[in-house]
Amino acid sequence: MAKTMAAVQAAETREEMGIVIDAQGMHYRDLNRRLREAATEGEARFRLVNVNGQRYIGTGLKGDLHLEICGVPGNDLGAFLSGPTILVRNNAQDAIGNTMDSGSIIVKGDAGDVIGYGMRGGTIFINGNVGYRVGIHMKAYRQKSPVIVIGGAAGDFLGEYMAGGVIILLGLSERNGDPLVGNYCASGMHGGEIYLRGKVDPRHISPHAKIAQTKPTQIEHIRPHIAEFCTHFGYDADKVMGEPFFRLTPVSHRPYGAKYAT
Amino acid sequence: MMMKERDLLLEEPQTEEAEEPLHEVRVATTPVYYPPEFRWTNDQERCARCKRCIHQCGWKALRWEGRVVADDSKCVGCHRCEAFCPERCITILPNPQAFKEHGLWSVGHRRNLWKQAETGGVLLAGMGNDLPYQVLWDHLVLDACQVTNPSIDPAREPMELRTHLGRKPEAVEVRQNGDGFELVTALEPGIELSTPIVFAAMSYGSISLPAQKSIAMAACELGTLWNTGEGGLHDEVRPFANRAIVQCASGRFGVDVDYLNSGAGVEIKIGQGAKPGIGGHLPGEKVSQDVSETRMIPVGSDALSPAPQHDIYSIEDLRQLIFAIKEATNYEKPVSVKIAAVHNVAAIASGMVRAGADILYLDGFRGGTGAAPTTIRDHFGIPIEIAIAVVDQRLRDEGIRNQASIIAAGGIRSSADVAKAITLGADAVAIGTAALMALGCTLCQKCYTGRCSWGITTQDPQLTRRLDPNVGAQRLVNLVKAWSEELEEMLGALGVNSIESLRGSRERLRGIQLDRTTLEVLGVKPAGVGA
Repeated sequence: MAKTMAAVQAAETREEMGIVIDAQGMHYRDLNRRLREAATEGEARFRLVNVNGQRYIGTGLKGDLHLEICGVPGNDLGAFLSGPTILVRNNAQDAIGNTMDSGSIIVKGDAGDVIGYGMRGGTIFINGNVGYRVGIHMKAYRQKSPVIVIGGAAGDFLGEYMAGGVIILLGLSERNGDPLVGNYCASGMHGGEIYLRGKVDPRHISPHAKIAQTKPTQIEHIRPHIAEFCTHFGYDADKVMGEPFFRLTPVSHRPYGAKYAT
Repeated sequence: MMMKERDLLLEEPQTEEAEEPLHEVRVATTPVYYPPEFRWTNDQERCARCKRCIHQCGWKALRWEGRVVADDSKCVGCHRCEAFCPERCITILPNPQAFKEHGLWSVGHRRNLWKQAETGGVLLAGMGNDLPYQVLWDHLVLDACQVTNPSIDPAREPMELRTHLGRKPEAVEVRQNGDGFELVTALEPGIELSTPIVFAAMSYGSISLPAQKSIAMAACELGTLWNTGEGGLHDEVRPFANRAIVQCASGRFGVDVDYLNSGAGVEIKIGQGAKPGIGGHLPGEKVSQDVSETRMIPVGSDALSPAPQHDIYSIEDLRQLIFAIKEATNYEKPVSVKIAAVHNVAAIASGMVRAGADILYLDGFRGGTGAAPTTIRDHFGIPIEIAIAVVDQRLRDEGIRNQASIIAAGGIRSSADVAKAITLGADAVAIGTAALMALGCTLCQKCYTGRCSWGITTQDPQLTRRLDPNVGAQRLVNLVKAWSEELEEMLGALGVNSIESLRGSRERLRGIQLDRTTLEVLGVKPAGVGA
């Protein structure tokens, strides 16, 4: 199964921007080992082509690295990520940015379930739609405040257990009449903010969250994130910001405060 | 206000008027008096009026009114005052106040019911299950050599307690290299222990920093392991991280790539014996500046660990996280998976091994906790004795026992329990409650209040400073060394010179007063039946 490093390196070419690795038929262990080794040797820019479901790309990578991925990367892309920027030119799968600490992940297409689980910092931009359980238990710490911006719609349990950070759901692409967000959005939320652009059915929002129209100062607060999203994917930021946003914040920061007999 | 804001939305809410949540109407109009559990007394003639007892009580149960006066309702029976009384004049008694006896309604049931009628809250408990279930350790006895096979004197002959945790190969290939031999087979990463006793997972937050540091220092001195629990790694214990298992649980508190790489191994915590199937809530009051830094969350925020890990809904998902961690640690650390022992533990364990776990950490239903709902602590899970036996047997039957080590925990009280656990099939045991008792704990079970007078399960600096990590570490080293020496004595009596020879050797156990089915499940013969 495991290829020798020489065989892995044979699939490499060098461009001005950095190393190009042809991932065709390559096992994720070989691919990721090569990425770690090259990063240790001081390589900072990578382009992976013919990626086809390889898991854990960029997982645990540290520092100012840039990965461009052509093809569809597998689950746990950029798990425990600490610094690098990952650009995916196609769709991506589940568990992107799992327990991510810092860095940025940009996905031009759709993404799957459990994006940004337990994320503590960094940014994730998804141009298309996302699946279930996105942004669960995101949390902020000191200067770190994670941000997820989603261009399309989201499935159930968006921002469940949310403890910090920001989720912005733009609903730019209509998904066969599906709602902007699925059921149980913000259930167990006890920190952070969720911004929803356009139509929202309150039945989809957990009673653990308060719903309010966004005030101008709050809009300014999220403008840089939306501007960056629009830069990545070629939208007009003013047009995107032109629609009203609803803001979800936790009803209580201590959801279990009154639960126990003392 | 809420409705008004919701009215702004483009689609009207279809829900009916929400009823007031129940917890907002928790005012008892007829308070019921329920008697205290303890009666605090002191001998006035011997009392030196030094007031030490008043200062030592973390519960504020004692006050000075020309003499020491007790508020029995606040006494938890932790005996801190008594331990520091120079005159030994304090006696703490069970409250003799008598109720009409009832075979069904114990005083404990009545007390809990009254408390809930008054508060409307969920009952909390600390430490482990305290109900009088049968203790299987006490129904298992070990074999010894007589006449036909010689015993060994450990004082004269070397005894091997060294234990290796991690995935072992099916077979090893060696080749001659000059005068010696070299290993051809590449070994998976493992951890060497000097003795098959490790410290159980206890987070900074659930226990104090001096308590955790005591355990960490002891683990390093002993050449065994400590476990961070789900609380991150404080700078003060980072120097001892080479002997730590760092835990990754559902809240992912304090977990980053440096943390994963800092320990001897990584543990994915799925469950805990004291609270199978539920998560944890570290209340905001306990999230001090220091706790906030290690957990990487803001000061004063509730630290909620969700019941499941939301990226693990199946064995396949578990495999995904195991290999995410292996990728993030460059395949240099063994990965442990901790579960509570539940009814289907053998099948689950098989799945865990197939998912890539190098160590299975099984926590029995008597395992301790900093806080758990009493109903869960007392009525969920199965005894660790059963879990060890059925998991070991299942993995042997499937030919995969070599692929993972088993750490057993949840109610290990003595070296005899350690020996029996290993004979049933464990590779090593973990001690939590026993370790805290070495630090002074008297099992008052009030860990969840954060007022521990012994400075163990509290974050109050007035209380935590009572525990000196150097003294604590020495007491833990003493305990584990004593147990290890006793293990050597037991090996000698059994006529073997290595703990490896005892592992899973159930022929050396016999059951007494156990029914046939239990004996079959344990894989142990009844006493009186020979080889």
